[in-house]
Amino acid sequence: MSATTESSGTFSHIGYVLRGNPVTLLSFVMFAILIIAAVLGPLLVPYDPLASEAANALQPPSWEHWFGTDNLGRDVFSRVVTATRLDLMISISAVTLSLMAGSILGAVAGYWGGWLDAVLNRVMDTIMAFPLFVLAMGIVAALGNTVENIVYATAVINTPFYARLVRAEVNIRREAGFVHAAKLAGNSDIRVLAMHIFPNALPPMMVQMSLNLGWAILNAAGLSFIGLGVRPPTAEWGIMVAEGANFIVSGEWWLAVFPGLALMFAVFTFNLMGDGLRDIVDPRQRT
Amino acid sequence: MTLTRRELLKIGGGGVLGAGILPFLRVLPAAAATDDVIVGVHGQTINSLDIHRTGTNRPSYQVAVNCYDRLVSFGTMTTPDGGLSYDYSKIEPELAESWTISDDGLTMTFKLNPKAIFQDGSKVTAADVKWSFDRAVSAGGFPTVQMKAGGLVRPDQFTAVDDETFVITLDRSSKLTLPDLAVPVPYILNSRIAMANATAEDPWAMEYVHKNTIGSGAYKVVRWDPGQQLVYERNDAWTGGPLPGIKRLVLREVPSQATRRALITRGDAQLSFNIPNKDAKELSGDVKVFSTPIENSIYVVGVNHKFEPFQDPDVRKALAYAIPYEEIFQAAAYGRGNPMWGGSADIDSIDWPRKSPYSTNMDKAREHLEKSAFAKGFEVPFSISLSQTDWMEPTALLIQESLAKLGIKSEIDKIPGANWRTASLVEKRLPLHLEGFGGWLNYPCYYFFWAYKDGHLFNSSNYRNEEIETLVDETLHLAVDHPDYAPKVKRMFEIAFEDLPRIPLWQPALNVATNGATGYEYWFHRQLDARKLAKG
Amino acid sequence: MSPRLRGILFRIAQAIPVVIGVVIIGFVLTRALPGDPAVYFAGAAADATSIAEIRKTLGLDLPLPQQFLIYVGDLLRGDFGQSISTGQPVIADLASRLPASLELTLVALLLSCAIAIPLGVMAATRPGSLIDHACRVLVTAGVSLPTFFTGVVLIYIFYYLLGIAPSPLGRLDFIYIEPDRITGFYLIDSALAGDGETFLAALRQLVLPAITLALFTLAPIARMTRAAMLGALSADFVRTARAAGLTGRTVRYTYAFRNALLPVVTTLGMVFSFTLGANVLVEKVFAWPGIGSYAVEALVVSDYAAVQGFVLAMAFLFVALNLLIDVTYTLIDPRIGFEAS
Repeated sequence: MSATTESSGTFSHIGYVLRGNPVTLLSFVMFAILIIAAVLGPLLVPYDPLASEAANALQPPSWEHWFGTDNLGRDVFSRVVTATRLDLMISISAVTLSLMAGSILGAVAGYWGGWLDAVLNRVMDTIMAFPLFVLAMGIVAALGNTVENIVYATAVINTPFYARLVRAEVNIRREAGFVHAAKLAGNSDIRVLAMHIFPNALPPMMVQMSLNLGWAILNAAGLSFIGLGVRPPTAEWGIMVAEGANFIVSGEWWLAVFPGLALMFAVFTFNLMGDGLRDIVDPRQRT
Repeated sequence: MTLTRRELLKIGGGGVLGAGILPFLRVLPAAAATDDVIVGVHGQTINSLDIHRTGTNRPSYQVAVNCYDRLVSFGTMTTPDGGLSYDYSKIEPELAESWTISDDGLTMTFKLNPKAIFQDGSKVTAADVKWSFDRAVSAGGFPTVQMKAGGLVRPDQFTAVDDETFVITLDRSSKLTLPDLAVPVPYILNSRIAMANATAEDPWAMEYVHKNTIGSGAYKVVRWDPGQQLVYERNDAWTGGPLPGIKRLVLREVPSQATRRALITRGDAQLSFNIPNKDAKELSGDVKVFSTPIENSIYVVGVNHKFEPFQDPDVRKALAYAIPYEEIFQAAAYGRGNPMWGGSADIDSIDWPRKSPYSTNMDKAREHLEKSAFAKGFEVPFSISLSQTDWMEPTALLIQESLAKLGIKSEIDKIPGANWRTASLVEKRLPLHLEGFGGWLNYPCYYFFWAYKDGHLFNSSNYRNEEIETLVDETLHLAVDHPDYAPKVKRMFEIAFEDLPRIPLWQPALNVATNGATGYEYWFHRQLDARKLAKG
Repeated sequence: MSPRLRGILFRIAQAIPVVIGVVIIGFVLTRALPGDPAVYFAGAAADATSIAEIRKTLGLDLPLPQQFLIYVGDLLRGDFGQSISTGQPVIADLASRLPASLELTLVALLLSCAIAIPLGVMAATRPGSLIDHACRVLVTAGVSLPTFFTGVVLIYIFYYLLGIAPSPLGRLDFIYIEPDRITGFYLIDSALAGDGETFLAALRQLVLPAITLALFTLAPIARMTRAAMLGALSADFVRTARAAGLTGRTVRYTYAFRNALLPVVTTLGMVFSFTLGANVLVEKVFAWPGIGSYAVEALVVSDYAAVQGFVLAMAFLFVALNLLIDVTYTLIDPRIGFEAS
């Protein structure tokens, strides 16, 4: 198998999909903007996102404060931009964790099967049978509301999806010809699993990941709405929307709308990317 | 407690109910609330109709007020903003027509109003009062503690001499006893109905009274859907005072404060109880807003004496000078209530709450911190309650920012409601936190009893000062006009401001908005007293 | 015993460990919550002795394994315990609140399907077209907004500014009396009672929260419809039908769509149970007396019995729903059997 032709083929295919699908192209551009905001945001913003100025509280958007100021006089624009890093970090680390845990569990269950598979399946069923958001709430409430615990809670509720996906992919392929061939060539089970079977599960996982990234951000926002989110005064979109939602009726719409739009932008990006990635990796849906 | 549609129609057919309540009228909600129905909204859940039951939460206390009578009540006065308030200085009859207190202050004899009847039509007798008082001192938990504050501890202190004469015997004379009879707890139940529903395991009929109102009060609860709504209906045979101006009060629970604001502004609700300070500031003008400073209550920064840096008096003073009081008062209280900083150092009166002698002064704060063993600053968690974030969060954020300038790093820790009481009041393990105790009985010594005495519930700072211990014990039952009272109380204030276990921020206000309702009255228990409500 | 019946029984047997797992995790999770229910239950101004007394009456002074056994024993007798925060038996709370949540979720899903399925079909018949992209952007935008935010914005616009929507005060405006309880679903109950006025009132209260939830559920349904339609349209039997000269419309709706329905139904099941758990936030915004807002309140005050009851009820629903879908599957499509291995 020649790596170069394989990858150039993939690239040309990606190029083909992107050309044929402007929405996917757009989503990649949006993703780039998010990454830039996350990396450079704190350096670019005009104000300290944490500095309050009580005399200047609840000012509508203006030239000095593009997105207005909040109830403590903090600059909403600076807070929205700075929050990008934390929000991306929460969702990416949560999804990565669940991806890893799910992959290992799913691969083991799918490859060896038997009682291991049965036990794992029931455990995953149990987690899925929980109302997921309430499970996340419970975990954060029990462990305390820190960023790490929000990440863990989000990871736990996402794990079953990956575990099932990987299990199914591995299960289909464990009797495949190339697996037998690899085994006959003297590879150990773990090596076969990791190097030969597992990579096949990656493409659908990428799709799932991208969709989950958006979901993870929404989940963190929901936790904030209940009051179990990130600690103040840290800027985070969910908590800003949640707190700002109380100000909408009194006319201070900018408190919730701008972080809400940022949140929507990020989730939108991940969802569109997920869709686009699906087109790339799933030939059946290729148009 | 359910009212079926048929029963309701039946009442309606009898001409008792306003037509607006009938389901088939095609009318706009605002117009539908006819002359005799008020819709009120609040953000909390009523979890019992019985204040004596263990686990009954604060919002439920209003049922005790509205559906039951006590022996005595407080008078009413007009507040500067034109609203009504209870009058702590006047004790008035409710079920008791008159009372006498023996010269030694140990025997109180009450004559019941002979016309007083329960909502089932039976006469209110001294036996009912005795049974109800016995219940309050035997139930355990909050009611028993509250009775104890007035020196009411054992059933043998209460005697029903005849149907209309009730006698209380006290172990010692106290100025707290009579006002304590006017708080919601010592309410009078219909003992006949209660006993008919009591069982061997449940001798006080807790299960029945939990779900049914069996009093003689101004209203009865005709419908209670926990977590959704409570419907009061006027008791037309009420003898405790002038009849309420409305037939029904529908009290809806609306968790979202934005929704509550929309409802009251649009007039779909005529009363919104306990609205946020911000709404109170912005809505006044559009709707009628009553902001009454809560008596005997102060929002404070609790500085826990169990924890190292705060054992140093200079650290506590540095803190008191570093707090940006005015910014907090504007950002968290929106100017509602009274400032509690920048008072004179000379203590000239026994008025409480009183302004502390501290105000924002970063130079003084630095001076004090440098004198202490923590000149370079320290790290401390700053705890606030998740269910009180409306004032605690902005306050904590502003203090956090200001302390950072002194090198004191704090991380804000939001603690969920259930854990907050345990952590702050029971275990008293929060080094730096916010607290908002208010005493029902309006005496400074009563406030100090709960908030400054060692081991007492609201002393979340683990404060102990021998002199305060003695002073509180000496003043608690002493009459206010006793010559020793004022000097002793002033001495308490002095020590409290010097030792600073609690750094006063401001006296909070209870905000209520009305839009089409009149007769709202402020009470120390901070719950809705609907007995004077009318449309208009 | 027929193999199919055996399959179904086997499937039910599979659900048992899940329920046991939920009981255990629910118990552990609640005990791990911070806070002491005895302190909360003892109320304001309670002293140490009364707290200890209450701890004893609640059975919280016993070691955890013993508490668990008692809990399981109560469950087996059908006793879900007493909620601290509402002061009612949990089972009564659930019975009164579950229909509210179910009604909201079902109406939202119906609305969502009515929009998402045609959108998905349209997108699939013209893949890559402007319609396809527009549909994708639209549904993705819907799923990208936090529901509580959408809810507040909708209230602000339609109730506060325009005054079109009724006041967001739960299931029924206060001037209407709730219909006699038959199913607990106000729409059904009022329709059964022949009370059109109440029916309309209940429907009007449902509109905003249902739209809020529907926006959020458009995406998975539309996506699955599109994918399933694409799959079906490229399948051999459709090509055969086309080759046999059947018109585009007949092929699309009679053959392809009917075959695409199966995966859509599965997705619907997933979306339903997910939405029922996730409408917590919408219920809070609209003062909807549902099971979700109940759970949130209970969780925040460490109301053990209520949280456990909620979790169990949801798990039962989830398990039952999946069973139902699986069983329906075998009935619809005889090719699918249960592996009774």
